[in-house]
Amino acid sequence: MSLLQLSDVNVAYGRIQALRGISLTVQEGQIVSLIGANGAGKTTTMKTISGLLGLQSGSMTFDGEDLTKVRADLRVRKGICQVPEGRGIFPGMTVLENLDMGGFVRSDRRSKEFADDQERAFTYFPRLAERRHQVGGTLSGGEQQMLAIGRALMARPRLLLLDEPSMGLAPQFIQQIFRVIEDINREGVTVLLVEQNATQALGLAHQAYVLETGEVTRSGPGSELLADPTIQDAYLGVS
Amino acid sequence: MFLDRFWANTINGLSYGSIYALVALGYTLVYGVLQLINFAHSEIFVIGVFGVYFTFLALGFQPGQTPNVPLAGIIANLVLAGAVGMILAGVAAVILERVAYRPLRKRNAPRLAFLITAIGASFVIQQVFRITRGSNPEGTIRLLPPEPLFRIFGAPVTNLQVIIILAALALFVVADTFVNRTRLGRGVRAVAQDPATATLMGVNRERVIMITFLLGGLLAGAAALFYLMTIPQGAVFNGGFLLGIKAFAAAVLGGIGNLRGALLGGLILGIAENYGQSLFGGDWRDVVAFVLLVGVLMFRPTGILGESLGKARV
Ligand SMILES: Nc1ncnc2c1ncn2[C@@H]1O[C@H](COP(=O)(O)OP(=O)(O)OP(=O)(O)O)[C@@H](O)[C@H]1O
Ligand SMILES: [Mg+2]
Repeated sequence: MSLLQLSDVNVAYGRIQALRGISLTVQEGQIVSLIGANGAGKTTTMKTISGLLGLQSGSMTFDGEDLTKVRADLRVRKGICQVPEGRGIFPGMTVLENLDMGGFVRSDRRSKEFADDQERAFTYFPRLAERRHQVGGTLSGGEQQMLAIGRALMARPRLLLLDEPSMGLAPQFIQQIFRVIEDINREGVTVLLVEQNATQALGLAHQAYVLETGEVTRSGPGSELLADPTIQDAYLGVS
Repeated sequence: MFLDRFWANTINGLSYGSIYALVALGYTLVYGVLQLINFAHSEIFVIGVFGVYFTFLALGFQPGQTPNVPLAGIIANLVLAGAVGMILAGVAAVILERVAYRPLRKRNAPRLAFLITAIGASFVIQQVFRITRGSNPEGTIRLLPPEPLFRIFGAPVTNLQVIIILAALALFVVADTFVNRTRLGRGVRAVAQDPATATLMGVNRERVIMITFLLGGLLAGAAALFYLMTIPQGAVFNGGFLLGIKAFAAAVLGGIGNLRGALLGGLILGIAENYGQSLFGGDWRDVVAFVLLVGVLMFRPTGILGESLGKARV
């Protein structure tokens, strides 16, 4: 069943046309990767789905419902959570407060489950556990990335949007982040992943899309694109 | 002379400073959330002052007469007038936001447009009072004459000062608790620190902005009551001008965007002003506030406690 569907979506920043007739489908339970060069429109796509940007034309449905009619701050209640590019950690809030913000829309914020969910973030990322009372602004980049993912999980997403989770991370952290993404997916969360790190992103993707200057130019199962010589040339740095 | 009156000045300064602090909280809250200096906040305060004044009139108090009502009755009347002032100022602040700032926000207007609009709104409200009530201050209504209650190091402390300082502190604690301890308050801080991410977490930014203006207005309305208790002849169309500037200075002094900074800035300003008056004479009272502000900003450009709702705790 398709959880998210974009058809013929156009998005512009003033006169700059950032997305030109994008169509993509995310099946429930899958990991879908979106790869593309700088400025291809990946972040724009993510922001359109989470509602930070409006679309000029086209349609967008989530679980069969017209998403364009849902206000941005209400989309998280539908189960759409975005880990934004650049992480978006609240600098003046502690790790715990940031996690708490992740569950802002939950009504069971004083319950055991809520506390358990917070603990789960610490199980995924033990580094955060020792830093639970440290303010977000003083965390390292990698720690902030972990916190951003942990925070997004606090809302119990059905669809998790990850915008370059490996950006600026050391190799051992990158491995950890990708492992966690697969774990999260195995627990039933559908994932839409934007990555520069195309080898990794294609490797774990059930389905993948290639974006070039605002258009989808290729799509197919991750393994298929990974094996494609033209993709290898353009995005994987192998020749 | 200065040393003789040191404690009297300190107490008087704390009392005035409490009023500055309450108004400063409104500047700081709005700045924290919108990075907007809401110049019309001083007129929101004036709306509160007139709200309190008209409630006095409606309750049957007349200018120039000493009320013949038992103390409990006086206190009840003051509380009622304060509540009216708070509600009027709070509602006025929310309407101001709707009418003046929201349309600009919808159009993504540049920051200067907001500033000009704020100055314009401030002017409009002032003139409305001037046209309807004239340029002269309203008559003096004093419900509670100041009487010394006890002494600190020989300096008398009046009933008014005790009420004002304690009530202002209590209101500050309520505001601070709201922002730091409640879910909605955390939403306010989230919008202040990163509005886009706050939206992603499900925070309704428009609602946060409305609540911020409401809270600022309520506090300004409370300040209005304390102001009229201290300066009963203070209900006049331009009565918010100097006080607004000082409260804004207090907010900057403490670190704009920072609630505790607004409190600290207000109290320091109130005290410094009284010391200045005592050292250099009454003409220098208002100058001292700004000399202090410039002095502090030279050494701490973001104010004593640093900027923004929680951001600066880093
Ligand atoms: N706020 C903006 N105003 C104007 N143009 C913008 C804005 N944000 C993005 N763009 C433009 O839209 C296009 C797509 O940008 P987008 O951020 O979606 O790219 P991206 O694929 O995420 O790139 P990267 O890999 O560098 O993050 C780019 O050409 C960019 O310059
Ligand atoms: Mg991007």
